[in-house]
Amino acid sequence: MSESLLTVDDLVVEYPGKGFRAKPFQALKDVSIDIKPGETLGLVGESGSGKTTLGRAVLGLAPVTGGKITYDGKDISHLHRKERRALSSEIQVVFQDPYSSLNPSLTIEQILAEPLQARGVASSTAKTRVRDLLDQVGLPSDARSRLPREFSGGQRQRIAIARALALDPKLIVCDEPVSALDLSTQERVLDLFIEIQERTGVAYLFITHDLAVVRHISHRVAVMFRGEIVENGDGDQVTSAPVHPYTQRLFMAAPVPDPDKQEVRRVERRALLDAETTAA
Amino acid sequence: MTAVEVPTAIPTPASRTDHLLRRLLRNPLAVISLLFLALVVLIAIIGPFIAPYNPNPANLQSILEPPSPEHLLGTDTAGRDVFSRLLVATQITVAAAALAVVTAMIFGVVTGLIAGYYQGWFDNVASWVTSLVMALPAIVILLAARAVLGPSVWISMFIFGVVLAPAYFRLVYTMVSSVRTELYVDAARVSGLSDLRIIGRHVLSVVRAPIIIQTAIVAIIAIAIQSGLEFLGLGDPAIPTWGGMLQDAFTKIYVAPILMLWPSLAIALTSIALMLLANAMRDVLERTVVVRRKRRRAVTTRTGSVAAVTTAASVTDLGDEVDIVTLEGEPIRHDDDEQASARSADVILRVKDLRVGYGQSDGSTTEVVHGVSLDIRKGEVHGLIGESGSGKSQTAFAVLGLLPKGGSVTGGSIEYEGIRLENGSDADYRGIRGRRIAYIPQEPMSNLDQSFTIGSQLTEPLRVGLGMSKAEARDKALSLLERVGIPNPVRTFKAYPFEVSGGMAQRVLIAGAVSTDPDLIIADEPTTALDVTVQAEVLDLLRDLQAERHMAMLLVTHNFGVVADLCDRVTVMQSGLFVETGPVRAIFQRPEHPYTKSLLAAILDEGPARPPLAPAGTAPQGANS
Repeated sequence: MSESLLTVDDLVVEYPGKGFRAKPFQALKDVSIDIKPGETLGLVGESGSGKTTLGRAVLGLAPVTGGKITYDGKDISHLHRKERRALSSEIQVVFQDPYSSLNPSLTIEQILAEPLQARGVASSTAKTRVRDLLDQVGLPSDARSRLPREFSGGQRQRIAIARALALDPKLIVCDEPVSALDLSTQERVLDLFIEIQERTGVAYLFITHDLAVVRHISHRVAVMFRGEIVENGDGDQVTSAPVHPYTQRLFMAAPVPDPDKQEVRRVERRALLDAETTAA
Repeated sequence: MTAVEVPTAIPTPASRTDHLLRRLLRNPLAVISLLFLALVVLIAIIGPFIAPYNPNPANLQSILEPPSPEHLLGTDTAGRDVFSRLLVATQITVAAAALAVVTAMIFGVVTGLIAGYYQGWFDNVASWVTSLVMALPAIVILLAARAVLGPSVWISMFIFGVVLAPAYFRLVYTMVSSVRTELYVDAARVSGLSDLRIIGRHVLSVVRAPIIIQTAIVAIIAIAIQSGLEFLGLGDPAIPTWGGMLQDAFTKIYVAPILMLWPSLAIALTSIALMLLANAMRDVLERTVVVRRKRRRAVTTRTGSVAAVTTAASVTDLGDEVDIVTLEGEPIRHDDDEQASARSADVILRVKDLRVGYGQSDGSTTEVVHGVSLDIRKGEVHGLIGESGSGKSQTAFAVLGLLPKGGSVTGGSIEYEGIRLENGSDADYRGIRGRRIAYIPQEPMSNLDQSFTIGSQLTEPLRVGLGMSKAEARDKALSLLERVGIPNPVRTFKAYPFEVSGGMAQRVLIAGAVSTDPDLIIADEPTTALDVTVQAEVLDLLRDLQAERHMAMLLVTHNFGVVADLCDRVTVMQSGLFVETGPVRAIFQRPEHPYTKSLLAAILDEGPARPPLAPAGTAPQGANS
């Protein structure tokens, strides 16, 4: 079954311009992607490229001006709040900032039980489920009664992942989930993402600006530049042998953590930029 | 009139409000105010029942009697018992004020919540109506209403409540619109919570405490206005109120001045009690907020300051932290290789056994840097790498003499070209910081003052520090802006910081840092906030400038790519200690310390890419596929 779980066709998202009769700002211009069940689609781009907007549009948090988002064969681009709420067990989210994505005044148990209670799950069942969720993300069950501020960034991100998993979704939109974390924590959290995917078959739309991260986690990679997808292909191809000039520039810009190799890349990058400026 | 002092938007977690009352009780003024207000409310409830006389019928036999056992506070102009009238008036005054407050609260809070949460057309309409109401002179409306609807204290207080509603609207609206952009509210929406539930659970808890404070202030205004109206004779003469009693007494102020005292006391004491209570509550709330901001700032800027250190202790038992800790001994030192020894050997900055600590409220000191030693030679780029909370930024700030409040150098020495700088005063740093030692911060935007043009911020240190004339400084600044690769220097010179991008702002700061031709630049995560293509350009710029001006640089970072790109030497820092130091190639190719090894192993760049998803059936995919 290679049917797509999520298909985005020619999606346009516009925000009203500032000022009277200003032209609306197009955050996304005819963007098309698709994600299969159990697959990770990495979405790379720089700030302002529209990658976060795409994630928010899929979640129903950004207005869809044109185009279509299809989930499991159903058009979800213009759902009402009520229908959208029914989708909450299908599509979930992990945000970038582990500090503002958890309500500071609720305990971990309250945070994790919230989506369950919204579905009318009995509180005793919810309690067991919370313990199970904490176990899944590698946190001890005594974390339940603590407040978010008692946890480090990596642990908070684990809690956010547990919340996303609470309703057994089929797709999780991950918006820069490891960008705020330290290197070693980042690696562990990424491995947790992969482990969960292999176990539950959940699909990820993985949004990040970090090329190493995207290479590590994505089956396929889409590159965004100024509201458009400029390159879309298998992870290895896009990250090792990019075709589009912007993708090439992007990958050349990332410094390699090796002084000698970086020296070589630096020269290559300058050559590439010089070639572009002379060609232009 | 409605120029109510609106408390600043304070996001207050709900659990704090549970402790609010307990902390409030520790404030003596708050306790006295609370007791007094409780007494007023009690009188308002039972007053009519305990009043010794009927407050209304006139008794011409006993006009203006002085206080006596029969009439505790004497009698008024119509021979009515003042004490009884005061008791009954309390009920009516408090009820009238409460009516105004409740009306204002219902209108203001509900519209504020809806407008702030949903925004859209309702927001536009509500904000427009609010501005209109705020522009209307309340007293004129009340007079007009009295003329049309008759002298009813209840009608006028209801109308006054509507006029006061903007005070709540503004407060709730600002707080709700800031909370709704919090990611946890988005997460709750994605979790399938209904709007009502989100507002009740996540939004209302934040606005609750400020509403209580606002209510105390609005109640004072309601009492004052209501008494004022009565005093002007615009109330209902049939109902005793504090203001009405005041008016009655005023007509006989020369005959029986003491009659003025009782209603004045009631009005003044109640208002004072409410005000003191509001102040005490704000103090209690604001103290919480200071702590919270500090923690957030510490976390987001990764300066690893006090809060980060104190919280680290409570979470280490939960995994995720790297467990390799060596708390004793010297760092592993690698010998210089060819590239490193090509640099000059003159040391310009010598840090020896540096310790940095933060004073705690109980008098003890929490040490965050535990004795580190570092030499920076002329013209070399020294990378200081470590994870958040390792103390790398603390070390850098200690050198700059810019430790956050509460922090100090508790041991060791910092020597810059023979001048001792540890715990130096501003005078010690004069002529050094910003001139010989420059600083490039992590977040360019927060390090530029938004209310001055970039040009004025660049030329000021040149004119003040180097004594240049205005024209000289301008020329120098323009040439620097051009040097750091800003396409249109003149336009950027005249621009305000918010008009340029983050990458441009960082170039401006770099231009500012090199403007005084420093010998040493301390760069704290200079590219962390930038996009990768912009980072590459800024790294190029830093390398070129460094080579051109032969500056030394202390580069604080957590990115190994940046270290590989720029640094000659590297020091790895963990938990306030240096664990390994040496030439960049030695660290990357022959790391010896387990912590360095674990950091290098965590780099993802070298790893293989994840292969495409295997078609279902050929690979185990788990339950859902």
